Amino acid sequence: MKHYEVEILDAKTKDKLCFLDKVEPNATIGEIKSMFHKSHPQWYAARQSIRLDPKGKSLKDEDVLQHLPVGTTATFYFRDLGAQISWVTVFLTEYGGPLLLYLMFYFRAPFIYAPKYDFTTSKHWVVHLACMCHSFHYLKRLLETLFVHRFSHGTMPLRNIFKNCTYYWGFAAWMAYYINHPLYTPPTIYGEQQVRIALIIFLFCQVGNFSIHIALRNLRPPGSKTRKIPYPTKNPFTWIFLLVSCPNYTYELGSWFGFTLMTQCLPVAFFTAVGFIQMTVWAKGKHRSYLKEFRDYPPLRSPILPFVL
Amino acid sequence: MSAPAMGTTKTAHSDVAPKKKRGPGALATAYLVIYNVVMTAGWLVIAVGLVRAYLARGSYHGLYYSIEKPLKFFQTGALLEVLHCAVGIVPSSVVLTGFQVLSRVFLTWAVTHSVREVQNEDSVLLFVSAWTITEIIRYSFYTFSLLNHLPYLIKWARYTFFLVLYPMGVTGELLTVYAALPYVQKTGLYSVTLPNKYNFSFDYHTFLILTMVSYIPLFPQLYFHMMRQRKKVLCHVEEYKTE
Repeated sequence: MKHYEVEILDAKTKDKLCFLDKVEPNATIGEIKSMFHKSHPQWYAARQSIRLDPKGKSLKDEDVLQHLPVGTTATFYFRDLGAQISWVTVFLTEYGGPLLLYLMFYFRAPFIYAPKYDFTTSKHWVVHLACMCHSFHYLKRLLETLFVHRFSHGTMPLRNIFKNCTYYWGFAAWMAYYINHPLYTPPTIYGEQQVRIALIIFLFCQVGNFSIHIALRNLRPPGSKTRKIPYPTKNPFTWIFLLVSCPNYTYELGSWFGFTLMTQCLPVAFFTAVGFIQMTVWAKGKHRSYLKEFRDYPPLRSPILPFVL
Repeated sequence: MSAPAMGTTKTAHSDVAPKKKRGPGALATAYLVIYNVVMTAGWLVIAVGLVRAYLARGSYHGLYYSIEKPLKFFQTGALLEVLHCAVGIVPSSVVLTGFQVLSRVFLTWAVTHSVREVQNEDSVLLFVSAWTITEIIRYSFYTFSLLNHLPYLIKWARYTFFLVLYPMGVTGELLTVYAALPYVQKTGLYSVTLPNKYNFSFDYHTFLILTMVSYIPLFPQLYFHMMRQRKKVLCHVEEYKTE
Protein backbone atom coordinates (compact mmCIF):
# COMPACT_ATOMS: atom_id res chain seq x y z
CA MET A 1 0.00 0.00 0.00
CA LYS A 2 1.44 3.34 -1.02
CA HIS A 3 1.81 5.66 1.90
CA TYR A 4 1.51 9.40 1.65
CA GLU A 5 3.72 12.08 3.05
CA VAL A 6 1.96 15.11 4.44
CA GLU A 7 3.52 18.46 5.08
CA ILE A 8 1.62 21.23 6.79
CA LEU A 9 2.63 24.84 6.19
CA ASP A 10 1.46 28.00 7.85
CA ALA A 11 -1.01 29.69 5.46
CA LYS A 12 0.39 33.16 6.15
CA THR A 13 4.12 32.68 6.60
CA LYS A 14 4.44 29.41 4.61
CA ASP A 15 6.69 28.08 7.39
CA LYS A 16 6.89 24.33 7.58
CA LEU A 17 4.99 23.47 10.72
CA CYS A 18 4.74 19.73 10.55
CA PHE A 19 5.86 16.79 8.46
CA LEU A 20 4.04 13.47 8.66
CA ASP A 21 5.34 10.46 6.84
CA LYS A 22 3.75 7.03 6.29
CA VAL A 23 0.23 8.45 6.28
CA GLU A 24 -2.44 5.96 5.17
CA PRO A 25 -4.14 6.86 1.88
CA ASN A 26 -7.54 6.47 3.51
CA ALA A 27 -6.67 8.78 6.38
CA THR A 28 -9.20 11.56 6.90
CA ILE A 29 -8.47 15.22 7.45
CA GLY A 30 -9.81 14.71 10.96
CA GLU A 31 -7.13 12.10 11.62
CA ILE A 32 -4.45 14.35 10.14
CA LYS A 33 -5.64 17.11 12.48
CA SER A 34 -5.16 14.78 15.45
CA MET A 35 -1.64 14.00 14.28
CA PHE A 36 -0.90 17.69 13.86
CA HIS A 37 -2.27 18.35 17.34
CA LYS A 38 0.25 15.88 18.75
CA SER A 39 3.18 17.89 17.45
CA HIS A 40 1.53 21.22 18.30
CA PRO A 41 -0.52 20.63 21.46
CA GLN A 42 -1.69 24.24 21.63
CA TRP A 43 -3.70 23.79 18.45
CA TYR A 44 -6.43 21.30 19.22
CA ALA A 45 -8.30 19.92 16.23
CA ALA A 46 -11.29 22.25 16.58
CA ARG A 47 -9.18 25.35 16.02
CA GLN A 48 -7.34 23.99 12.97
CA SER A 49 -8.34 25.08 9.51
CA ILE A 50 -6.61 22.85 6.95
CA ARG A 51 -6.80 23.81 3.31
CA LEU A 52 -5.24 22.96 -0.02
CA ASP A 53 -4.75 26.63 -0.84
CA PRO A 54 -3.62 29.29 1.63
CA LYS A 55 -6.63 31.44 0.77
CA GLY A 56 -8.99 28.61 -0.06
CA LYS A 57 -11.86 27.00 1.79
CA SER A 58 -11.30 24.74 4.77
CA LEU A 59 -11.28 21.02 4.11
CA LYS A 60 -13.84 18.94 5.94
CA ASP A 61 -12.87 16.47 8.64
CA GLU A 62 -14.51 13.70 6.62
CA ASP A 63 -12.43 14.33 3.47
CA VAL A 64 -10.18 11.39 2.67
CA LEU A 65 -6.55 11.97 1.74
CA GLN A 66 -6.46 9.82 -1.39
CA HIS A 67 -9.59 11.46 -2.82
CA LEU A 68 -8.05 14.92 -2.61
CA PRO A 69 -6.26 16.47 -5.58
CA VAL A 70 -2.80 15.97 -4.05
CA GLY A 71 0.27 13.97 -5.01
CA THR A 72 1.85 11.37 -2.74
CA THR A 73 3.49 14.25 -0.95
CA ALA A 74 0.54 16.35 0.06
CA THR A 75 0.98 19.97 1.04
CA PHE A 76 -1.65 21.52 3.26
CA TYR A 77 -1.95 25.00 4.65
CA PHE A 78 -2.92 25.66 8.24
CA ARG A 79 -4.76 28.61 9.74
CA ASP A 80 -5.46 29.03 13.42
CA LEU A 81 -9.15 29.71 13.95
CA GLY A 82 -8.49 31.01 17.44
CA ALA A 83 -9.78 29.69 20.72
CA GLN A 84 -12.93 27.66 20.18
CA ILE A 85 -15.89 26.93 22.37
CA SER A 86 -18.54 24.29 21.83
CA TRP A 87 -21.93 25.30 20.48
CA VAL A 88 -23.61 23.46 23.31
CA THR A 89 -21.70 25.48 25.92
CA VAL A 90 -22.55 28.73 24.19
CA PHE A 91 -26.24 27.88 23.87
CA LEU A 92 -26.56 26.79 27.47
CA THR A 93 -24.88 29.94 28.73
CA GLU A 94 -26.69 32.38 26.49
CA TYR A 95 -30.10 30.83 27.24
CA GLY A 96 -29.52 30.15 30.93
CA GLY A 97 -28.83 33.82 31.57
CA PRO A 98 -32.21 35.16 30.39
CA LEU A 99 -34.04 32.44 32.27
CA LEU A 100 -32.41 33.36 35.57
CA LEU A 101 -32.24 37.12 35.04
CA TYR A 102 -35.94 37.42 34.22
CA LEU A 103 -36.82 35.50 37.38
CA MET A 104 -34.68 37.86 39.44
CA PHE A 105 -36.72 40.78 38.14
CA TYR A 106 -39.99 38.88 38.54
CA PHE A 107 -39.29 38.16 42.18
CA ARG A 108 -38.04 41.73 42.58
CA ALA A 109 -34.67 40.90 44.01
CA PRO A 110 -33.05 43.75 45.96
CA PHE A 111 -31.22 46.67 44.29
CA ILE A 112 -33.40 46.59 41.16
CA TYR A 113 -36.44 48.55 42.22
CA ALA A 114 -37.01 50.79 45.24
CA PRO A 115 -36.44 48.88 48.52
CA LYS A 116 -40.10 49.01 49.51
CA TYR A 117 -40.86 46.73 46.53
CA ASP A 118 -38.23 44.06 47.32
CA PHE A 119 -39.67 40.55 47.07
CA THR A 120 -43.19 41.84 46.41
CA THR A 121 -45.31 40.44 43.59
CA SER A 122 -47.17 42.23 40.85
CA LYS A 123 -50.91 42.59 41.14
CA HIS A 124 -51.42 42.13 37.38
CA TRP A 125 -52.09 38.57 36.22
CA VAL A 126 -50.54 39.31 32.82
CA VAL A 127 -47.19 39.81 34.58
CA HIS A 128 -47.38 36.28 36.00
CA LEU A 129 -48.39 34.97 32.60
CA ALA A 130 -45.51 36.76 30.93
CA CYS A 131 -43.05 35.24 33.39
CA MET A 132 -44.39 31.77 32.70
CA CYS A 133 -44.17 32.30 28.94
CA HIS A 134 -40.67 33.76 29.02
CA SER A 135 -39.39 31.04 31.33
CA PHE A 136 -41.06 28.31 29.30
CA HIS A 137 -39.47 29.69 26.13
CA TYR A 138 -35.93 29.61 27.48
CA LEU A 139 -36.41 26.30 29.25
CA LYS A 140 -37.56 24.87 25.94
CA ARG A 141 -34.45 26.26 24.25
CA LEU A 142 -32.17 24.72 26.89
CA LEU A 143 -33.80 21.32 26.57
CA GLU A 144 -33.67 21.49 22.78
CA THR A 145 -29.96 22.27 23.00
CA LEU A 146 -29.37 19.21 25.14
CA PHE A 147 -31.72 16.72 23.45
CA VAL A 148 -32.92 17.87 20.06
CA HIS A 149 -30.46 19.85 18.01
CA ARG A 150 -27.83 18.14 15.86
CA PHE A 151 -25.04 20.62 15.20
CA SER A 152 -23.02 20.75 11.97
CA HIS A 153 -20.06 22.26 13.69
CA GLY A 154 -18.85 21.30 17.14
CA THR A 155 -17.37 24.69 17.96
CA MET A 156 -17.41 28.42 17.28
CA PRO A 157 -14.87 31.14 18.06
CA LEU A 158 -14.60 31.97 21.74
CA ARG A 159 -15.37 35.66 21.32
CA ASN A 160 -18.86 34.74 20.17
CA ILE A 161 -19.92 33.79 23.66
CA PHE A 162 -19.30 37.33 24.91
CA LYS A 163 -21.10 38.89 21.99
CA ASN A 164 -24.06 36.50 22.21
CA CYS A 165 -24.43 36.65 25.96
CA THR A 166 -24.35 40.45 25.93
CA TYR A 167 -27.19 40.40 23.41
CA TYR A 168 -29.39 37.83 25.14
CA TRP A 169 -28.69 38.80 28.72
CA GLY A 170 -28.87 42.52 28.00
CA PHE A 171 -32.21 42.37 26.27
CA ALA A 172 -33.66 39.94 28.82
CA ALA A 173 -32.75 42.28 31.68
CA TRP A 174 -34.08 45.30 29.81
CA MET A 175 -37.44 43.66 29.04
CA ALA A 176 -37.78 42.07 32.46
CA TYR A 177 -37.13 45.39 34.19
CA TYR A 178 -40.20 47.01 32.66
CA ILE A 179 -42.59 44.07 32.67
CA ASN A 180 -41.98 43.42 36.36
CA HIS A 181 -41.79 47.08 37.34
CA PRO A 182 -44.12 48.22 40.13
CA LEU A 183 -45.40 50.90 37.73
CA TYR A 184 -46.04 48.47 34.87
CA THR A 185 -49.20 49.20 32.88
CA PRO A 186 -51.00 46.11 31.50
CA PRO A 187 -52.33 46.23 27.92
CA THR A 188 -54.82 49.02 27.62
CA ILE A 189 -55.68 49.01 23.91
CA TYR A 190 -57.78 45.84 23.92
CA GLY A 191 -57.19 44.68 27.47
CA GLU A 192 -57.86 41.10 28.39
CA GLN A 193 -58.83 40.09 24.87
CA GLN A 194 -55.46 41.29 23.63
CA VAL A 195 -53.63 39.19 26.20
CA ARG A 196 -55.69 36.12 25.38
CA ILE A 197 -55.05 36.35 21.65
CA ALA A 198 -51.38 37.07 22.31
CA LEU A 199 -51.12 33.94 24.46
CA ILE A 200 -52.70 31.81 21.74
CA ILE A 201 -50.27 33.18 19.16
CA PHE A 202 -47.35 32.60 21.51
CA LEU A 203 -48.27 28.99 22.32
CA PHE A 204 -49.09 28.17 18.71
CA CYS A 205 -45.67 29.42 17.62
CA GLN A 206 -43.87 27.64 20.43
CA VAL A 207 -45.39 24.33 19.34
CA GLY A 208 -44.65 25.22 15.73
CA ASN A 209 -41.04 26.07 16.45
CA PHE A 210 -40.59 22.82 18.38
CA SER A 211 -42.17 20.81 15.55
CA ILE A 212 -39.72 22.28 13.08
CA HIS A 213 -36.77 21.49 15.34
CA ILE A 214 -37.92 17.88 15.60
CA ALA A 215 -38.46 17.67 11.85
CA LEU A 216 -34.97 19.02 11.17
CA ARG A 217 -33.47 16.64 13.69
CA ASN A 218 -35.11 13.69 11.99
CA LEU A 219 -33.53 14.66 8.69
CA ARG A 220 -30.16 13.86 10.12
CA PRO A 221 -29.14 10.45 11.51
CA PRO A 222 -27.38 10.64 14.89
CA GLY A 223 -23.72 11.63 14.67
CA SER A 224 -23.95 12.56 11.00
CA LYS A 225 -23.64 15.90 9.30
CA THR A 226 -25.80 15.19 6.25
CA ARG A 227 -27.88 17.93 4.71
CA LYS A 228 -31.26 17.24 3.12
CA ILE A 229 -34.17 19.34 1.93
CA PRO A 230 -36.78 19.51 4.71
CA TYR A 231 -40.33 18.58 3.71
CA PRO A 232 -43.71 18.76 5.47
CA THR A 233 -44.44 15.75 7.70
CA LYS A 234 -47.66 14.41 9.20
CA ASN A 235 -47.46 17.18 11.80
CA PRO A 236 -49.58 20.10 10.53
CA PHE A 237 -47.16 22.58 12.08
CA THR A 238 -44.57 21.46 9.52
CA TRP A 239 -46.82 22.11 6.53
CA ILE A 240 -45.36 25.62 6.50
CA PHE A 241 -42.30 24.03 4.82
CA LEU A 242 -44.33 24.32 1.62
CA LEU A 243 -43.97 28.07 1.74
CA VAL A 244 -40.87 28.80 3.80
CA SER A 245 -37.27 27.57 3.98
CA CYS A 246 -36.66 28.41 7.64
CA PRO A 247 -40.00 28.08 9.45
CA ASN A 248 -38.20 27.78 12.76
CA TYR A 249 -37.38 31.48 12.40
CA THR A 250 -40.90 32.24 11.22
CA TYR A 251 -42.38 30.64 14.34
CA GLU A 252 -39.77 32.30 16.54
CA LEU A 253 -40.78 35.69 15.18
CA GLY A 254 -44.40 34.79 15.80
CA SER A 255 -43.67 33.84 19.41
CA TRP A 256 -41.99 37.15 20.17
CA PHE A 257 -44.70 39.04 18.34
CA GLY A 258 -47.18 37.33 20.63
CA PHE A 259 -45.11 38.20 23.66
CA THR A 260 -44.95 41.85 22.55
CA LEU A 261 -48.72 41.95 22.22
CA MET A 262 -49.12 40.27 25.58
CA THR A 263 -46.91 42.68 27.50
CA GLN A 264 -47.43 45.82 25.42
CA CYS A 265 -43.87 46.78 26.23
CA LEU A 266 -41.70 48.81 23.84
CA PRO A 267 -38.39 47.12 24.76
CA VAL A 268 -40.00 43.79 23.87
CA ALA A 269 -40.99 45.26 20.51
CA PHE A 270 -37.37 46.35 19.98
CA PHE A 271 -36.10 42.90 20.85
CA THR A 272 -38.58 41.35 18.42
CA ALA A 273 -37.52 43.78 15.68
CA VAL A 274 -33.79 43.18 16.13
CA GLY A 275 -34.33 39.43 16.27
CA PHE A 276 -36.41 39.62 13.11
CA ILE A 277 -33.63 41.43 11.26
CA GLN A 278 -30.99 38.94 12.36
CA MET A 279 -33.13 35.90 11.60
CA THR A 280 -33.99 37.28 8.18
CA VAL A 281 -30.28 37.59 7.40
CA TRP A 282 -29.74 33.99 8.50
CA ALA A 283 -32.82 32.72 6.67
CA LYS A 284 -31.72 34.36 3.42
CA GLY A 285 -28.29 32.80 3.79
CA LYS A 286 -29.70 29.36 4.47
CA HIS A 287 -32.17 29.71 1.59
CA ARG A 288 -29.31 30.61 -0.76
CA SER A 289 -27.28 27.57 0.38
CA TYR A 290 -30.27 25.30 -0.19
CA LEU A 291 -30.69 26.68 -3.69
CA LYS A 292 -26.99 26.21 -4.42
CA GLU A 293 -26.79 22.71 -3.05
CA PHE A 294 -30.02 21.23 -4.37
CA ARG A 295 -31.02 21.50 -8.03
CA ASP A 296 -34.56 20.40 -7.28
CA TYR A 297 -35.25 22.82 -4.46
CA PRO A 298 -38.97 23.74 -4.33
CA PRO A 299 -39.35 27.11 -6.06
CA LEU A 300 -42.42 28.23 -4.12
CA ARG A 301 -40.48 28.69 -0.87
CA SER A 302 -39.38 32.05 0.57
CA PRO A 303 -36.65 32.35 3.20
CA ILE A 304 -38.71 33.42 6.23
CA LEU A 305 -42.08 35.04 5.41
CA PRO A 306 -44.36 33.29 2.89
CA PHE A 307 -44.24 35.12 -0.45
CA VAL A 308 -42.85 38.23 1.17
CA LEU A 309 -39.31 37.81 2.45
CA MET B 1 -27.67 34.97 18.90
CA SER B 2 -25.25 32.35 17.72
CA ALA B 3 -24.54 32.47 14.02
CA PRO B 4 -25.29 29.25 12.18
CA ALA B 5 -22.76 27.46 9.99
CA MET B 6 -20.82 29.68 7.62
CA GLY B 7 -20.32 28.51 4.11
CA THR B 8 -19.43 30.22 0.92
CA THR B 9 -19.03 27.49 -1.61
CA LYS B 10 -15.64 28.22 -3.10
CA THR B 11 -13.77 25.17 -4.23
CA ALA B 12 -10.49 24.58 -2.50
CA HIS B 13 -8.59 25.34 -5.66
CA SER B 14 -10.01 28.67 -6.71
CA ASP B 15 -8.07 31.72 -5.66
CA VAL B 16 -9.99 34.35 -3.77
CA ALA B 17 -10.86 36.97 -6.40
CA PRO B 18 -8.77 40.09 -5.79
CA LYS B 19 -10.97 42.83 -4.33
CA LYS B 20 -11.63 45.12 -7.29
CA LYS B 21 -11.76 48.73 -6.20
CA ARG B 22 -15.08 49.78 -7.70
CA GLY B 23 -14.45 53.46 -8.04
CA PRO B 24 -17.33 55.81 -8.87
CA GLY B 25 -18.35 56.18 -12.51
CA ALA B 26 -18.03 59.50 -14.35
CA LEU B 27 -21.44 60.77 -13.25
CA ALA B 28 -20.85 59.79 -9.64
CA THR B 29 -17.43 61.45 -9.71
CA ALA B 30 -18.93 64.66 -11.03
CA TYR B 31 -21.59 64.61 -8.33
CA LEU B 32 -19.02 63.91 -5.60
CA VAL B 33 -16.78 66.74 -6.78
CA ILE B 34 -19.72 69.11 -6.61
CA TYR B 35 -20.70 67.76 -3.19
CA ASN B 36 -17.21 68.18 -1.77
CA VAL B 37 -16.75 71.63 -3.28
CA VAL B 38 -20.05 72.76 -1.79
CA MET B 39 -19.10 71.38 1.60
CA THR B 40 -15.67 73.02 1.49
CA ALA B 41 -17.34 76.31 0.63
CA GLY B 42 -19.90 75.85 3.38
CA TRP B 43 -17.32 75.32 6.09
CA LEU B 44 -15.30 78.25 4.73
CA VAL B 45 -18.40 80.37 5.19
CA ILE B 46 -18.55 79.21 8.80
CA ALA B 47 -14.85 79.98 9.27
CA VAL B 48 -15.23 83.45 7.80
CA GLY B 49 -18.37 83.99 9.85
CA LEU B 50 -16.51 83.17 13.05
CA VAL B 51 -13.61 85.50 12.23
CA ARG B 52 -15.87 88.39 11.25
CA ALA B 53 -18.00 87.98 14.35
CA TYR B 54 -14.90 87.94 16.53
CA LEU B 55 -13.55 91.09 14.90
CA ALA B 56 -16.92 92.82 15.21
CA ARG B 57 -17.51 91.93 18.86
CA GLY B 58 -13.92 91.98 20.01
CA SER B 59 -14.42 88.87 22.14
CA TYR B 60 -14.61 85.07 21.86
CA HIS B 61 -17.98 84.79 23.62
CA GLY B 62 -21.29 84.12 21.97
CA LEU B 63 -19.89 83.53 18.47
CA TYR B 64 -22.15 80.49 18.07
CA TYR B 65 -25.12 82.64 17.07
CA SER B 66 -23.26 84.17 14.14
CA ILE B 67 -22.76 80.78 12.46
CA GLU B 68 -25.63 78.79 13.92
CA LYS B 69 -27.57 78.39 10.67
CA PRO B 70 -24.74 77.41 8.29
CA LEU B 71 -23.32 75.08 10.96
CA LYS B 72 -26.63 73.25 11.25
CA PHE B 73 -27.11 73.14 7.49
CA PHE B 74 -23.69 71.88 6.49
CA GLN B 75 -23.14 69.52 9.40
CA THR B 76 -26.55 67.93 8.83
CA GLY B 77 -25.81 67.77 5.10
CA ALA B 78 -22.95 65.43 5.92
CA LEU B 79 -25.58 62.72 6.42
CA LEU B 80 -25.42 62.34 2.65
CA GLU B 81 -22.01 60.79 3.11
CA VAL B 82 -23.65 57.78 4.72
CA LEU B 83 -25.76 57.44 1.60
CA HIS B 84 -22.65 57.67 -0.58
CA CYS B 85 -21.14 54.72 1.24
CA ALA B 86 -24.37 52.74 1.16
CA VAL B 87 -24.75 53.25 -2.58
CA GLY B 88 -21.09 52.40 -3.16
CA ILE B 89 -19.73 55.53 -4.77
CA VAL B 90 -17.45 56.07 -1.78
CA PRO B 91 -15.39 53.09 -0.60
CA SER B 92 -15.91 53.61 3.12
CA SER B 93 -17.81 51.60 5.70
CA VAL B 94 -21.44 52.65 6.14
CA VAL B 95 -21.28 51.85 9.83
CA LEU B 96 -18.10 53.82 10.52
CA THR B 97 -19.19 56.84 8.50
CA GLY B 98 -22.68 56.67 9.96
CA PHE B 99 -21.32 56.60 13.45
CA GLN B 100 -19.04 59.59 12.90
CA VAL B 101 -21.68 61.74 11.20
CA LEU B 102 -24.34 60.76 13.71
CA SER B 103 -22.16 61.84 16.62
CA ARG B 104 -21.62 65.24 15.01
CA VAL B 105 -25.31 65.67 14.23
CA PHE B 106 -26.15 64.58 17.76
CA LEU B 107 -23.92 67.26 19.24
CA THR B 108 -25.25 69.91 16.88
CA TRP B 109 -28.95 69.26 17.39
CA ALA B 110 -29.53 67.15 20.48
CA VAL B 111 -27.12 69.07 22.68
CA THR B 112 -26.19 72.52 21.42
CA HIS B 113 -29.45 73.38 19.72
CA SER B 114 -31.70 71.73 22.30
CA VAL B 115 -30.09 73.10 25.44
CA ARG B 116 -30.13 76.84 24.87
CA GLU B 117 -28.16 77.54 28.03
CA VAL B 118 -24.96 75.98 26.68
CA GLN B 119 -24.89 78.04 23.50
CA ASN B 120 -22.92 80.76 25.23
CA GLU B 121 -20.28 78.37 26.52
CA ASP B 122 -16.72 78.73 25.23
CA SER B 123 -16.56 74.96 24.83
CA VAL B 124 -18.94 75.34 21.89
CA LEU B 125 -16.45 77.64 20.16
CA LEU B 126 -13.74 75.09 20.88
CA PHE B 127 -15.40 72.21 19.05
CA VAL B 128 -16.90 74.38 16.29
CA SER B 129 -13.42 75.74 15.45
CA ALA B 130 -11.94 72.26 15.49
CA TRP B 131 -14.70 70.94 13.24
CA THR B 132 -14.42 73.92 10.87
CA ILE B 133 -10.69 73.61 10.23
CA THR B 134 -10.91 69.81 9.99
CA GLU B 135 -13.77 69.87 7.52
CA ILE B 136 -12.27 72.51 5.27
CA ILE B 137 -9.14 70.39 4.95
CA ARG B 138 -11.05 67.10 4.65
CA TYR B 139 -13.46 68.22 1.95
CA SER B 140 -10.75 69.91 -0.12
CA PHE B 141 -8.71 66.71 0.26
CA TYR B 142 -11.58 64.71 -1.22
CA THR B 143 -12.14 67.26 -3.98
CA PHE B 144 -8.54 67.20 -5.12
CA SER B 145 -8.32 63.42 -4.79
CA LEU B 146 -11.34 62.97 -7.02
CA LEU B 147 -9.73 65.25 -9.58
CA ASN B 148 -6.44 63.33 -9.28
CA HIS B 149 -4.54 66.48 -8.45
CA LEU B 150 -3.91 66.25 -4.74
CA PRO B 151 -1.33 68.80 -3.55
CA TYR B 152 0.98 67.30 -0.98
CA LEU B 153 0.21 70.19 1.36
CA ILE B 154 -3.45 69.19 1.61
CA LYS B 155 -2.58 65.56 2.15
CA TRP B 156 -0.07 66.53 4.81
CA ALA B 157 -2.55 68.84 6.50
CA ARG B 158 -5.26 66.21 6.53
CA TYR B 159 -3.04 63.69 8.22
CA THR B 160 -1.31 66.11 10.58
CA PHE B 161 -3.75 68.74 11.82
CA PHE B 162 -5.88 66.07 13.46
CA LEU B 163 -3.13 65.55 16.01
CA VAL B 164 -4.21 68.82 17.63
CA LEU B 165 -7.73 69.29 16.28
CA TYR B 166 -9.03 65.91 17.36
CA PRO B 167 -8.27 66.35 21.08
CA MET B 168 -9.40 69.95 20.81
CA GLY B 169 -12.74 68.96 19.36
CA VAL B 170 -13.25 66.14 21.82
CA THR B 171 -12.53 68.48 24.74
CA GLY B 172 -15.02 71.02 23.43
CA GLU B 173 -17.65 68.34 22.90
CA LEU B 174 -17.24 66.80 26.33
CA LEU B 175 -17.29 70.15 28.11
CA THR B 176 -20.44 71.13 26.24
CA VAL B 177 -22.26 67.91 27.12
CA TYR B 178 -21.13 68.32 30.71
CA ALA B 179 -22.45 71.88 30.76
CA ALA B 180 -25.81 70.69 29.48
CA LEU B 181 -26.30 68.09 32.21
CA PRO B 182 -27.88 70.22 34.97
CA TYR B 183 -30.39 71.79 32.57
CA VAL B 184 -31.38 68.44 31.13
CA GLN B 185 -31.88 67.02 34.60
CA LYS B 186 -33.90 70.00 35.76
CA THR B 187 -36.26 70.10 32.78
CA GLY B 188 -36.41 66.37 32.05
CA LEU B 189 -35.59 67.11 28.41
CA TYR B 190 -36.24 64.22 25.99
CA SER B 191 -37.03 61.97 28.91
CA VAL B 192 -39.93 59.56 29.38
CA THR B 193 -40.98 58.30 32.78
CA LEU B 194 -43.12 55.44 34.06
CA PRO B 195 -45.96 54.75 34.19
CA ASN B 196 -47.05 54.92 30.56
CA LYS B 197 -48.94 52.56 28.30
CA TYR B 198 -45.85 51.45 26.35
CA ASN B 199 -43.97 50.51 29.49
CA PHE B 200 -40.84 52.31 28.46
CA SER B 201 -38.64 54.89 30.08
CA PHE B 202 -35.68 56.94 28.97
CA ASP B 203 -33.53 59.28 31.01
CA TYR B 204 -31.68 61.68 28.73
CA HIS B 205 -29.49 62.89 31.58
CA THR B 206 -28.14 59.37 32.19
CA PHE B 207 -27.84 58.87 28.45
CA LEU B 208 -25.63 61.96 28.14
CA ILE B 209 -23.41 60.72 30.94
CA LEU B 210 -23.06 57.35 29.23
CA THR B 211 -22.23 59.17 25.99
CA MET B 212 -19.42 61.00 27.74
CA VAL B 213 -18.12 57.75 29.21
CA SER B 214 -18.15 56.15 25.76
CA TYR B 215 -15.51 58.63 24.64
CA ILE B 216 -13.01 56.84 26.88
CA PRO B 217 -12.75 53.65 24.83
CA LEU B 218 -13.70 55.21 21.49
CA PHE B 219 -11.54 58.30 21.22
CA PRO B 220 -8.14 56.56 21.65
CA GLN B 221 -9.09 53.93 19.08
CA LEU B 222 -10.01 56.52 16.48
CA TYR B 223 -7.01 58.69 17.31
CA PHE B 224 -4.50 55.87 17.01
CA HIS B 225 -6.17 54.66 13.83
CA MET B 226 -5.57 58.10 12.32
CA MET B 227 -1.96 58.01 13.51
CA ARG B 228 -1.45 54.66 11.83
CA GLN B 229 -3.03 56.03 8.66
CA ARG B 230 -0.68 59.00 8.90
CA LYS B 231 2.38 56.75 9.00
CA LYS B 232 1.11 54.72 6.09
CA VAL B 233 0.16 57.64 3.89
CA LEU B 234 2.87 60.17 4.62
CA CYS B 235 5.79 57.77 4.84
CA HIS B 236 5.08 56.21 1.46
CA VAL B 237 5.23 59.54 -0.36
CA GLU B 238 9.00 59.40 -0.50
CA GLU B 239 8.75 56.12 -2.39
CA TYR B 240 6.10 57.04 -4.92
CA LYS B 241 5.50 60.17 -6.88
CA THR B 242 1.91 61.42 -6.79
CA GLU B 243 0.53 62.82 -10.02
